Amino acid sequence: MHTLKERAMHVVFLLTACVSIAAVVLICVFLFANGVPAIAEIGVFKFLFGTEWRPENNIFGILPMIVGSLYVTAGALVIGVPVGILTAVFMARFCPPKLHKILTPAIGLMAGIPSVVYGFFGLVVLVPFVRENIGGRGMSVLTASVLLWLMILPTIVSVSESAIRAVPNTYYEGALALGATHERSVFFTVVPAAKSGIFAGIVLGVGRAIGETMAVMMVAGNQPLIPDSLTDGVRTLTTNIVMEMGYSTDLHREALIGTAVVLFVFVLLINVSFSLLKRKGAKA
Amino acid sequence: MTDPINTTTWRQRLRSYRKHPGSLLLLALVCLAALITAAALLFVVGYILVKGIPNLSLSLFEWKYTTENVSLMPALINTLFMTVLALLFAVPVGIGAAIYLTEYATRGNKLVNLMRITAETLSGIPSIVYGLFGSLFFVKALHMGLSLLSGALTLAIMILPLIMRTTEEALLAVPDSYREGSFGLGAGRLRTVARVVLPSAIPGILSGVILGIGRIVGESAALIFTAGTVAEVATGLFDSTRTLAVHMYSISGEGLYIDETYATAVVLLVVVIAINALSSFAAKKLSKQ
Repeated sequence: MHTLKERAMHVVFLLTACVSIAAVVLICVFLFANGVPAIAEIGVFKFLFGTEWRPENNIFGILPMIVGSLYVTAGALVIGVPVGILTAVFMARFCPPKLHKILTPAIGLMAGIPSVVYGFFGLVVLVPFVRENIGGRGMSVLTASVLLWLMILPTIVSVSESAIRAVPNTYYEGALALGATHERSVFFTVVPAAKSGIFAGIVLGVGRAIGETMAVMMVAGNQPLIPDSLTDGVRTLTTNIVMEMGYSTDLHREALIGTAVVLFVFVLLINVSFSLLKRKGAKA
Repeated sequence: MTDPINTTTWRQRLRSYRKHPGSLLLLALVCLAALITAAALLFVVGYILVKGIPNLSLSLFEWKYTTENVSLMPALINTLFMTVLALLFAVPVGIGAAIYLTEYATRGNKLVNLMRITAETLSGIPSIVYGLFGSLFFVKALHMGLSLLSGALTLAIMILPLIMRTTEEALLAVPDSYREGSFGLGAGRLRTVARVVLPSAIPGILSGVILGIGRIVGESAALIFTAGTVAEVATGLFDSTRTLAVHMYSISGEGLYIDETYATAVVLLVVVIAINALSSFAAKKLSKQ
């Protein structure tokens, strides 16, 4: 009786642990089964490198969206990475403990704000600001990048901070003993030692930026064209799906699922590089 | 960090910075970055609160949603339903999986590696991909339609890795001596897990669950194509519903209800702030033990 119960629960726990495997398999099967045939019908090359997206004429090229996703992500990183890493350094090595007690939950809150709230903030604050001070219609690559910067900042800060904190204190003390100032010790011994952890944080931020949907849709303008300047509107892979999924049919619908397949592959690549970096960080 | 053995005065520090202008520059940059981060957060939260709080009114909390009065009450109640339902699926599975990974699995098992890799993959998938999958699988293939149930199941898969990871961490933090003591008294593995390990890991598990609630409350992209956007209180599992985040998205898009959108944003923010506070309270309890 006793062993029977033990064995039964063992199997139950094993089954629950297999749910995540089943979920990934199901997601892959359903996305690929619905998306890949469409990509094949359109032609892989035409689909990935076609610069025109005109569903009404059955022309499905997603290059503008791929480029759009890359642009806004790169834009968010250009501002986000320096500010994020420096803030992480501040929190790990410069911050008085009292301030740290306030900043940590604040960063947590920043990560928890729903993307619609960010999107709405972008719509009522950033879009008019860009329109009046920088030019264009306001809904642009620049606006989306700034908004994404806000959204990925907490990710970069918290992952980098724990990486910096994980560096043994002897590194820092050794540098101080050799006569380096506090700043020099931190920036030239501690930060380089935390390099792979910091990269992992950046990669995680990239994942968030590429996958963000609602906030980007509210501020990016969503024209399916490759933008020429920072103030041009842009459409990303994610917004392409969410904008047209509601009313699409047949090949159009499958092309949208194909867009999700491309996005999924991007995210898988990012995930793999994240776990490789994390493993490297754990070894060092 | 331990207390420094010798402290420096401000004057000494100033002199040292005069000798090392590079260090001063680095210090300035670091402080500037921290300031920018803090200012950005304060600006976002402050702006929403300042603009939104004056727009909060009792009519927004009326039972019925109409086009004249875009009440957020139905959405708020639906959010509650959605959260409870999604947790009902995700929490038992997540805790069970974490128990298997920490208490039962043997080290270096191929299956265990696969579980970890898939959980990590799940946590990186964008919510719109979940939404699309939910609409292909739950809505179409399983014929659940745009419904509370489809949305909750989609969200359950989405927060599963989060619950798994936090539970695993909480279980790992339980000292092995507890387990050894229990085994030494003749308890089996199941009894040890249920009576000794799990109870002492509860605060950690709770903080993970609360974080999961935060994700559910804030989610919109995964729900539009799985739960739909009907602005009425759901009366059954197969009713289409909108949660608060989806509600906010819908009314912001129409451009007619800007004031109401601000107010809804305030309600969402307050919920998120409360959830975060609860979660860190639970985590603090864990670290005290």
